[in-house]
Amino acid sequence: MVNKSISEINNRIKDGSVNVVTAEEMVGIVAELGAQGAAREVDVVTTGTFGAMCSSGVFLNFGHAEPPIKMQKVWLNDVEAYTGVAAVDAYIGATQVSETLGMEYGGAHVIEDLIRGNTIDVHAISPGTDCYPRKILDTTLDINDLNQAIMLNPRNAYQKYNAATNSTSQKLYTYMGSLMPNYGNVTYSGAGVLSPLSNDPEYRTIGTGTRIFLGGTQGYIVGQGTQHSSKSGFGTLMLQGDLKEMDAEFVRASTFTGYGVSLYVGMGIPIPILDEKVALATAVSDADIITQVMDYGIPTRDRPVVRGVTYEELRSGSIEIKGREVTTSSLSSFKRSRQIAGILKDWISHGEFFLSQPAERLPSDTVSKPMKQTRGTAMVRDIMAKDVMTIHKNASVFDAAKMIMDVSFNHLPVVTENNILVGIITAWDISKAVAQNTFDLVENIMTRKVITATDTEQVTIAARRLEQHGVSAMPVVDEQHHVIGIITSDDISMLFARRN
Amino acid sequence: MKIRIIINRDIVTKPILAEAIIETGIPLNIAQAHFDSTTGEIIADIEDTEYRMIKNALVSRGAEVLRLDTPINWDEEECVECGGCISVCPTKVFSMDEEWNLKVDTTKCIQCGTCIEMCPHDALSLDV
Ligand code: SF4
Ligand code: SF4
Repeated sequence: MVNKSISEINNRIKDGSVNVVTAEEMVGIVAELGAQGAAREVDVVTTGTFGAMCSSGVFLNFGHAEPPIKMQKVWLNDVEAYTGVAAVDAYIGATQVSETLGMEYGGAHVIEDLIRGNTIDVHAISPGTDCYPRKILDTTLDINDLNQAIMLNPRNAYQKYNAATNSTSQKLYTYMGSLMPNYGNVTYSGAGVLSPLSNDPEYRTIGTGTRIFLGGTQGYIVGQGTQHSSKSGFGTLMLQGDLKEMDAEFVRASTFTGYGVSLYVGMGIPIPILDEKVALATAVSDADIITQVMDYGIPTRDRPVVRGVTYEELRSGSIEIKGREVTTSSLSSFKRSRQIAGILKDWISHGEFFLSQPAERLPSDTVSKPMKQTRGTAMVRDIMAKDVMTIHKNASVFDAAKMIMDVSFNHLPVVTENNILVGIITAWDISKAVAQNTFDLVENIMTRKVITATDTEQVTIAARRLEQHGVSAMPVVDEQHHVIGIITSDDISMLFARRN
Repeated sequence: MKIRIIINRDIVTKPILAEAIIETGIPLNIAQAHFDSTTGEIIADIEDTEYRMIKNALVSRGAEVLRLDTPINWDEEECVECGGCISVCPTKVFSMDEEWNLKVDTTKCIQCGTCIEMCPHDALSLDV
């Protein structure tokens, strides 16, 4: 039985006899010496990760102006920061986008600019009060002019992340990057073998007050992160650190095309090897960490799982989906994750970093609930027109023209004798046919690639599809592709107008 | 070298590629082809010495021919070596070595621009 305390380990750090390895190195050590042998030999295992962590931001204190202002709203390089806290405190969130540049520049870029020592234009407004009379403030400052710049990230370092792919025939732009059509690629995040929480999944050594590597300097774990869902293996951490000490090498702004701004954060946790149980947990390898490939083509909260996968498979460069080899891409940098685990190892071996005893362990039994929605969410079936007029594919253009006139409806779904949808025809198609003198069959002038909806879909989802394809109506079909209704952009605008 | 051949709507149905190949006797090694109702676009590999002849043969038939000699620019300062670009590039320009360094083989680039949208760190660009 090995039984070490944090203060024993700290004494070894002080006298230089401490034995530190990275989580990658620990895999082989435990394989060779067994958990007990490894626990005797190794005092600390270092972890590291460097990836997109949207739930990040920085508290800033600007000091008081003369005459003073109680900032009601403040913008940093045109990116709004939250000021609902005291007169000259603000929180700049990583994903907030610029009012002028949009997604090209956001809170994450402000944070990186501050670390780099670049100047920031500050613009603030206020209604003015007796104690804070100033109404408008404009100034330019850099990080040294701030009293505090404290990074406080509500949710970082997910224990593991789902991987992403796309079953649809359209390219998708997501927070998991570009997802190519027809399972064209797979993207994933996280550091696998080096992932901090995967190396102590029961939080036996990690908790409130644990000293960590954050953004190139020492930071701390505040406690559980938001959405901490330890029961399902998706634990998260809330972190804090001094932005003034950070290095832009480990805090980088990013933009995901079509999605938005995010911040790449580098963090690492040292795990004290208190006993063989802890040692065994840090022996986790890429092959042991299992996650799921989700289909981002289905825009729901619970996306369909395409397959289970290990980090070893993801890291091999390709995995099999539906009988085909699909290339994988990481969005986190494994090289930088390794670098972080290495730096932490150096700090500890050189007596520059001491371990801390957590004041409180992280909760291990929480689940993350879905949102409670109290307003009914309208379904396509609630607003679609059910008495939809359709036309047979062998009807003449003349018949179609007549029908459109009679029902004064712009879109006619084209069907077979069994009411199966094969196309759509609009008043415009008919005018075109007439202008070109092609008095043909409907089948020959219809649009064959029809954008459709199903009756059990939420209107919000159908509305987005209408918008993306630039059409104004979609036939509603059942599973056999029978036409059971039609939904138009007018129906949708009316629904939303009623709500507002 | 790589070339891009653009064939627009009025000639898209004519066999101009076949004609140009027969006329010049130069085989076109087609790397990518994309056709829709308005245009056709072909990326092909040819020998440098054959460029003039094949270009003339195609241009005289109404096609547009561009040399793809300014491949993707990679800004190593901005790059964090995540590897996001690897899975979206159609010609496998990007790869990781054993130490997880990003390797960029620009000779394979067909200047499609897909990786530029993917890169979260604005590290990739094409000269326009
Ligand atoms: S431009 Fe296209 S071919 Fe060139 S590197 Fe990027 S994705 Fe690959
Ligand atoms: S996606 Fe961009 S940052 Fe990531 S490896 Fe490729 S070039 Fe570098």
